[in-house]
Amino acid sequence: MSMDLSEFLDVFLEECFEGLEAMESGLLHLDAGTDLEEINTIFRAAHSIKGGSAAFGFNHISEFTHVMETLLDELRDGSRQVDENIVDLLLASVDILREMVDGLKEESTPDEVRVAELKKALEAALGNHSEESPATGEHQLWKILFSPCPDLFREGNDPLRIFEALEELGTLEVQTDASTLPPLSALDPATCHLRWEAILESTATEEQIHETFSWVEENCDLKISRIEDKGEQPPVAEKETKKQPAPETPAPAPKPVVAVKAKPAKPSANRESSSIRVAIEKVDLLINLMGELVITQSMLNQVGLDLAQEGGQKAEVLLNGLAQLERNTRELQENMLQIRMLPISVAFNRFPRLVRDLCGKMGKKVDLVLSGEQTEVDKTVLEKIGDPLVHLVRNSLDHGLETSEVRAAKGKPEQGRLELSAQHESGNIVIRITDDGAGLDREKILKKAIEQGLVSDKDELSEERIDNLIFQPGFSTAEQVSDLSGRGVGMDVVKRNISDLGGTVSIQSRQGKGSTVVIRLPLTLAILDGQLASIGEDTYILPLISIIESLQIRPENLKCVTGSTELYRFRDEYIPVMRLNKLLGSQCGTDNLDQGLLVVVESEGQHAGLFIDKLQGQQQVVIKSLEANFQQLEGVSGATILGDGRVALILDIPGLVQLFHKTRNSNPAAALAAAS
Amino acid sequence: MTEVEVPMNSNTAQKIDIDLQSEEGVDQYLTFCLAGEEYGINILKVQEIRGWSEVTPMPNTPASILGVINLRGTVVPIVELRSHFNLPEVPPSPTTVIIVVKAVEANGNQRTMGMVVDAVSEVHNIAAEEIQPPPQIGEAGDQRAIAGLTTMEQHMIILLDVDDLMINGVLGLLDDESGA
Repeated sequence: MSMDLSEFLDVFLEECFEGLEAMESGLLHLDAGTDLEEINTIFRAAHSIKGGSAAFGFNHISEFTHVMETLLDELRDGSRQVDENIVDLLLASVDILREMVDGLKEESTPDEVRVAELKKALEAALGNHSEESPATGEHQLWKILFSPCPDLFREGNDPLRIFEALEELGTLEVQTDASTLPPLSALDPATCHLRWEAILESTATEEQIHETFSWVEENCDLKISRIEDKGEQPPVAEKETKKQPAPETPAPAPKPVVAVKAKPAKPSANRESSSIRVAIEKVDLLINLMGELVITQSMLNQVGLDLAQEGGQKAEVLLNGLAQLERNTRELQENMLQIRMLPISVAFNRFPRLVRDLCGKMGKKVDLVLSGEQTEVDKTVLEKIGDPLVHLVRNSLDHGLETSEVRAAKGKPEQGRLELSAQHESGNIVIRITDDGAGLDREKILKKAIEQGLVSDKDELSEERIDNLIFQPGFSTAEQVSDLSGRGVGMDVVKRNISDLGGTVSIQSRQGKGSTVVIRLPLTLAILDGQLASIGEDTYILPLISIIESLQIRPENLKCVTGSTELYRFRDEYIPVMRLNKLLGSQCGTDNLDQGLLVVVESEGQHAGLFIDKLQGQQQVVIKSLEANFQQLEGVSGATILGDGRVALILDIPGLVQLFHKTRNSNPAAALAAAS
Repeated sequence: MTEVEVPMNSNTAQKIDIDLQSEEGVDQYLTFCLAGEEYGINILKVQEIRGWSEVTPMPNTPASILGVINLRGTVVPIVELRSHFNLPEVPPSPTTVIIVVKAVEANGNQRTMGMVVDAVSEVHNIAAEEIQPPPQIGEAGDQRAIAGLTTMEQHMIILLDVDDLMINGVLGLLDDESGA
């Protein structure tokens, strides 16, 4: 009987990754203080990976996991103490395992040499401890008492198969104990009333015998004991496997190894929350439909308001109904978007490990503090923010935090502090990465920036401007290029990734005291707070987040530079005036600056003025991709559908600014003036 | 027999009978008019036919790309075939329709796009052996998308390859622009 397992493969892979994550986070917790439940979680994860991979025939994974599991089992029953070497070994195993699982996905073969090495190391660790495991090669007598729970058959297990498998290990004698069998009239054929006692003569180890029962281990009482001499009954090594480990098992002594800890302590007890696994496409489909509903609702609203103005008895009923519809759609939309939200801890979880490893490499002592991990953010945002965060944390560790000696000399506590926090702030998620290291060296940054021609030495820059120069492309101050950072690709990539998500990043630094990187991101990529703006008959959407203010142009503040570039005096700075209709190649829209409005927008820390005809309302718009059927256009980040069913383009402010500079490039002097 | 509803304009709808049980080697083609010529595209590429509606223009795109429309929530780009083939432009008439097609890229990506034509005419069964390869003529307009020629009741029908037309012809135009 062969079953097509391929359709379950994705589920299995997903479970594997979750299991690996659980193992990793569990292993890191072993540092700070060991709790039996924690080891159990790790053990369970390893066990289900083993079981799953064996079912799919991925023997290299199941064999490897098996060795890990054995080691974990010893930790669990207290016959081995947790120490740093074991944790390191297990963490390395998790990495290899992840590579193996990744390998399945990409159908590539894992690095067998490393797998073999690590497996050997694991076995060596096992070997130097488990002296009680009997030498193989000798025939031994095993007594196996197998008392399954009544549901054995219902769960699809067949004891006959288990015994057949046992028989392969050696000579088997099985006796069935049918003493609990009810009379035939009361017998339910799907309930298992039988117990078995088997005597196995084999060269197999206890582990191998246990293996045979691995499918039913959770659903039975299994006693395996070795009979030293034929006929002698008292078991020497009795091992009991039940669903719950014996509570009297002594918890291994907590042993702080490296001061990396997640705090406050997470409520780890209730790991198994009730949830269902749904394909993300299904959720996205729902969200799309939801978007349609919002559009239809706003369309109905407009029609309703028009009708109501004509009066009539039913008008009020209509308006009430529409108000109700609006409330419900809004609520539905909020809840729908909530489905895609995941706690930021998914992105934060990798940091305890990362910091631990990097600290080991650099010989620094760092206390990592995570807070606000439960703050929820859209899955897509979450996926894309991971790499920039890793980069920033690495940067903080590499450049920000000093070594213990330097810290001691400066009178700071020897252990550095790195704080990662997340919180919601007015419809955005704000992530802060704070370290109490050296802070930015402004002189060095300025020197470097002048060297690279990013700024001129005549410019008078505010401290904030200088600090944020590190986000300019090609900027790196690392004196020594390490494998951690300093290769010059860095902060600008971080910044670009964050801008792609519609967010902003900035750094605040206090010399000698540390620095804080603040990342501000939209909660979701599906919806945007937009400002509707008109050019002639056409409507465009400006992201509200990038608008600073809108103003009527006062002619005395307008300056013309080199004939073609218009600058406007906005507060104390001159900002370039970008005429949106020219920029978009539109034929309509007013060219008369008195008749329109100037919207001051911010792009990458710089201000610019966007000249438009007029502003309309503000509204939340559902973002539709242009790329799906067309392709990305410069200056346009997407499209949306307005209440009247028309399509409106969502403008991408940084893209527009670039487009503006591009069109000016034929006239370099003007471009320079516009940029400054 | 299935029926496809073709809105000739917002008031009248014409029904075209389509026999989906085609014989081996015989494909069905939807034909349409463009500046007096009859063109045909494989009916399996057609998603729907819509009456003319206003489009939202897109910035800095070639003139043949009119803009985008809202097709039940999806943003669909619209191509003006006349201008794409360098034919003289005319204002939309009551018979002007948008044929929404599914163009498939080489990598299997499917794009929904619309093309504006003067009017749709008929559905013909055309056997493969009735199709002649396109002659090599170097005249203005995009020749690449022509899959072949056929004659039907004394008319010449120009068969177009939708994938080639939309993906290489229309979207390719944009790549050229951005590359320049």
